Amino acid sequence: MTSLPTPTANAKKLGLVIDLDLCVGCHACAVACKEWNSGGHMAPLTDLEPYGRDPDGVWFNRIHTFEAGADDQHLGCGTSRTTHFPKSCLHCETPECVTVCPTGASYKRAEDGIVLVNEDLCIGCKLCSWACPYGAREFDSDVGVMKKCTLCIDRIYNKNLEEVDRVPACVMVCPVSARHFGDLGDPNSNVSTLVRERDGYDLMPEMGYKPVNKYLPPRPKKVMPVAIEGGRRELEVSNDNALLNWVDRLLSR
Amino acid sequence: MHPAFSIIFFTTAAGAGYGLLFLLGLMAPSGALPDSRGFAIVALALALGLVTAGLLASMVHLGRPERAWRALSQWRSSWLSREGVASVLTYMPALVLALSWGWLGSEGRVTLVAGALTAVGAVVTVICTGMIYASLKTIHQWHNAWVVPNYMAIGLMIGAVFLNALMHLWGGGSPEFDVAVTLIIAATILLKEGYWIFIETRPANSTPESATGLGRIGPTRFLESPHSEDNYLIKEMGFSLGRKHSTRLRTLSRVLGFGVPLVATALAALAPMVATPVTVLAALSIAIGMLIERWLFFAEAKHTVQLYYGAQRV
Repeated sequence: MTSLPTPTANAKKLGLVIDLDLCVGCHACAVACKEWNSGGHMAPLTDLEPYGRDPDGVWFNRIHTFEAGADDQHLGCGTSRTTHFPKSCLHCETPECVTVCPTGASYKRAEDGIVLVNEDLCIGCKLCSWACPYGAREFDSDVGVMKKCTLCIDRIYNKNLEEVDRVPACVMVCPVSARHFGDLGDPNSNVSTLVRERDGYDLMPEMGYKPVNKYLPPRPKKVMPVAIEGGRRELEVSNDNALLNWVDRLLSR
Repeated sequence: MHPAFSIIFFTTAAGAGYGLLFLLGLMAPSGALPDSRGFAIVALALALGLVTAGLLASMVHLGRPERAWRALSQWRSSWLSREGVASVLTYMPALVLALSWGWLGSEGRVTLVAGALTAVGAVVTVICTGMIYASLKTIHQWHNAWVVPNYMAIGLMIGAVFLNALMHLWGGGSPEFDVAVTLIIAATILLKEGYWIFIETRPANSTPESATGLGRIGPTRFLESPHSEDNYLIKEMGFSLGRKHSTRLRTLSRVLGFGVPLVATALAALAPMVATPVTVLAALSIAIGMLIERWLFFAEAKHTVQLYYGAQRV
């Protein structure tokens, strides 16, 4: 059923809060995600030609890097912020990747808000990936169906794991604790508190998909512009040395 | 967006087929079409053939074509599902029309009702096709009020040009219908030019700043890709067409898809002795021109995911 579940008060909204101030761009979350999910709920996470000339494969989590604040008025070093930017499914409250699905394969769970794909129903039309503004869904051309982040549904409810490990693989592995997992529908949860205190925000709010996952902005930094001296330094070659003169002429041609 | 040939062929051929079915459904009971079983069979076969070939092509695009029937289930929320349901339902009156008018040559009540239902089904199906694209907020060049009218007008225009060529081939053409077709082409030109002006002049709402939320720090630019090779997202949604090619292809689609058919059909109205060859020329020209137009519809569409891969605007 690709109609969205009717929202209820106090409904669970499981999701992630990602701290852009802490992320160091090590890609450990992407690797841990790939490792766990290669055997998890949406397995396999197909890789085509992994050691060949043109490797291609499905990943649920990818880490981009952006530079913000580099404008023409602040020439010089030290004014812009380099920000590593992990991106995975945001498990939106009103995700159109679900409603566009013609078969009922794409669905949002009423009990916790996780957005999943039923691989047995998916016809591989790719329309859900077109409807997602964030690029959260990746098509597995080998199996012919769409794949996406499951919020590690097979970890977070897994009674075989220690309770401390019942978090998504990306959260568990992050060496700087830049990723937090919890119930964003509960205003008193750890993640909701973080969002409140750190001014957490939505990606592309103008789309109106109401992402559950939130991002915490890099903390303000005192900017100390450092002027860069103009002009290139030329290698100075002594005129006395015939060999260096010859090399200079050769290189200057 | 990656211009996949299966979808380009599907939307163009099925649109043209439904345009032709629409006109046949309305005109068959009126006696305005040539009174010939050969004409009726060829016209219906062309219309249903285009629709069927288009629908089959759309299934080639699927990762699991054997499950295509499942796409009929989610018509409550999905325009793609609605299109599937509408296309299947339209076959029913269309086949009745084929039997009563095409085979039995009747212009009676059965033909009238089946024709009207076929016309309604054709319009509904093409609206659904257009809405699949127009409903995607992620693609500025599709999510606007120009897309559905363009899909409808272009389907009707190709259908009308095809029908006119067939009518002249069977000696049943008329300067009045030539004029009507010329007006349809002229109206479609206005809609397509309006669409092109819209996508040129109205920027998308989303930017790298809103996509990352880093606009609060300042202007944001892409620094490093998550991976060294192209992934599915870039291959499927990262297609970008150079300005020069876009201009050339637009000119080509303007000439072949609109200009030649317009002039040829107007010429047919003015000089009936050359009507048959020029209307056939119009039909051939419009088929190629509209495939280019539809290729551009995909190639010029920029998905917001490109903002995460270095695009400064979509």
